Amino acid sequence: MGDAVFAGFARASGGFVLLLLGGIIVSLFIGGLAAFRQFGAAFVVSPLWNPVTQKFGGLVPIYGTLVTSVLALLLAVPLAFGIAFYLTELAPAWLRRPVGTAIELLAAVPSIIYGMWGFFVIVPIMAGTVQPAVIGAFDGIPVLQDLFAGPPFGTGILTAAFILAVMIIPFIAATMRDVFLTVPAVYKESAYGVGCTTWEVMRSIVLPYTRVSVVGGIMLGLGRALGETMAVTFVIGNANRITSSLFGAGNTIASLVALEFPESPAGSLKLASLLALGFILFVISFIVLAISRILLRPRLKG
Amino acid sequence: MKRIAAAFAATLAGYVAFGAAAQAQQITGAGSTFAAPIYGKWAEAGSSATGIKLNYQAIGSGAGINQINNRTVDFGASDMPVPADQLAAHKLMQFPTVIGGVDVIVNLPGMKPNELKLTGAVLADIYLGKIAKWNDPAIEKLNPGVKLPSLAIATVHRADGSGTTFVFTDYLGMVSPEWKSSVGSSTSVAWPGGAGGKGSDGVTATVQQIPGGIGYVESAYAEQNKLATVQLENKDGKFVSPTMETFSAAASNADWSKVQNFAINLNNQPGAASWPIVSATFVLLPTDPKDMKQSGAVKKFFDWGFTHGNDIAKQMLYVPLPDSVHQAIRTAWQKDVPGTM
Repeated sequence: MGDAVFAGFARASGGFVLLLLGGIIVSLFIGGLAAFRQFGAAFVVSPLWNPVTQKFGGLVPIYGTLVTSVLALLLAVPLAFGIAFYLTELAPAWLRRPVGTAIELLAAVPSIIYGMWGFFVIVPIMAGTVQPAVIGAFDGIPVLQDLFAGPPFGTGILTAAFILAVMIIPFIAATMRDVFLTVPAVYKESAYGVGCTTWEVMRSIVLPYTRVSVVGGIMLGLGRALGETMAVTFVIGNANRITSSLFGAGNTIASLVALEFPESPAGSLKLASLLALGFILFVISFIVLAISRILLRPRLKG
Repeated sequence: MKRIAAAFAATLAGYVAFGAAAQAQQITGAGSTFAAPIYGKWAEAGSSATGIKLNYQAIGSGAGINQINNRTVDFGASDMPVPADQLAAHKLMQFPTVIGGVDVIVNLPGMKPNELKLTGAVLADIYLGKIAKWNDPAIEKLNPGVKLPSLAIATVHRADGSGTTFVFTDYLGMVSPEWKSSVGSSTSVAWPGGAGGKGSDGVTATVQQIPGGIGYVESAYAEQNKLATVQLENKDGKFVSPTMETFSAAASNADWSKVQNFAINLNNQPGAASWPIVSATFVLLPTDPKDMKQSGAVKKFFDWGFTHGNDIAKQMLYVPLPDSVHQAIRTAWQKDVPGTM
């Protein structure tokens, strides 16, 4: 009797998660249907976001979401790799636990704290020191002068990517450390035995063995970066345009939805467009997380 | 921040008082964040006289309109007047409660508050990106004797949908045909350039971090935070500073008799002393209330505010409505909103 009740309860709980997920997707899609009907596929490629003329397109926030997340990964992955490598191979045993705990604590800091820290500490540094120097240094060099142009607001795509990188480093580092620890000691010992350096062991033994899981961990970080709202809102500059400059202001889907939602009347095209963007973000995040699950599966099983 | 603290204190005081007067009537409202502190204060100060407790959620004007359309609250509050056809469609009556100004703030090294003078047209050109440097001849011409730096102008706007943005862009549309045709006015618009800050705090902090920054915030916010405001040229061609007096002048020089549903636009009013960017904040009441007692209590609450709350409003840097408007609102209540006060 008890077994049957428990089995039923567990089954219902599992089913509930699926139901919830499906419900969110369906309701977002239905909510955004008016926007998809009105603008069609052009919604995804139109850079317009004009509440006055009721013309909405998602290209700017979609672009901003992808660019900030990818830049954040470029900044975060090498650092996270360094942390994980240090913790598994180089750090003295007594230091591994405190540093590991510190990284887990970093992952637990609420994103609003990162946002405020970014806005009140990083943005002034970017505006006062980093951006003027970089803009001056690259002035006159083709491509680079466009990539680092503009008035030094301090906010912008690069600042947002930097904050995101700080936020996802703990996730990626923790995952990498865990998968590095799954490498059987005998492989590493053998490599050291034939005279490999630590770096060679890492490159030729640990990385090939864990490659798939490492990519999975990176995808997990990417998933978090894609959906981050508050911290990005603080530092991205919140402008609906695409600029060639990494210092230029931009927008992300999550940030735009958070900012515009309270002033969107029920039944309006604007609200439908925001829900449509939410649906698109859901799909992007779903794809990224699905990839990460598929890649992580072989390692986490053992 | 002070306003939020005040609203919080008012709410807290409301809870404490609740135990003492458990039979007090509770009314619910939702919407405008701009008006939340004054409604909270009115509720606190007037509760002993009216026996009414207010439960107000500052969720934004758009959301407030949604809530009153769905009748989930007793009244909605919006910083933007609702168009007549929508009032009719949702069976709503609309009236203003208090007035506030919008200030232009700048960050220019060595510039004193209200030292810099701008016209509406120049302000629009700055936000359009046509005037990009502070020592542009157009600005220098307005400010003889003032030393203007060769700094890039960094325009800052509200990133979140906001009634303040509506008032500001509406004003720019009045003084610049190009703004009207290429950008327009709304709670959020497609800004030609610049950066966005979240809320008045975000705009202020962004302006303060960038030398050469310019932004716009509600006057009470600028006052409390001692921000460097600028003088603007009004419709009569006079340069005025943003003060309670110039806001009041704009409100009393407006012709309230001609507008329907009190949907008055206070921007760019005539009068030598009128500040050009001023707006009222509005309340929406159902004309077909489910519960007459609730409807009457809401009217009683705002009636108390109009009669006894003007000094409170001034202390909190809102401008009370002219008495004639208060009277017109009471007459309109009588006619359109059932329920005895």
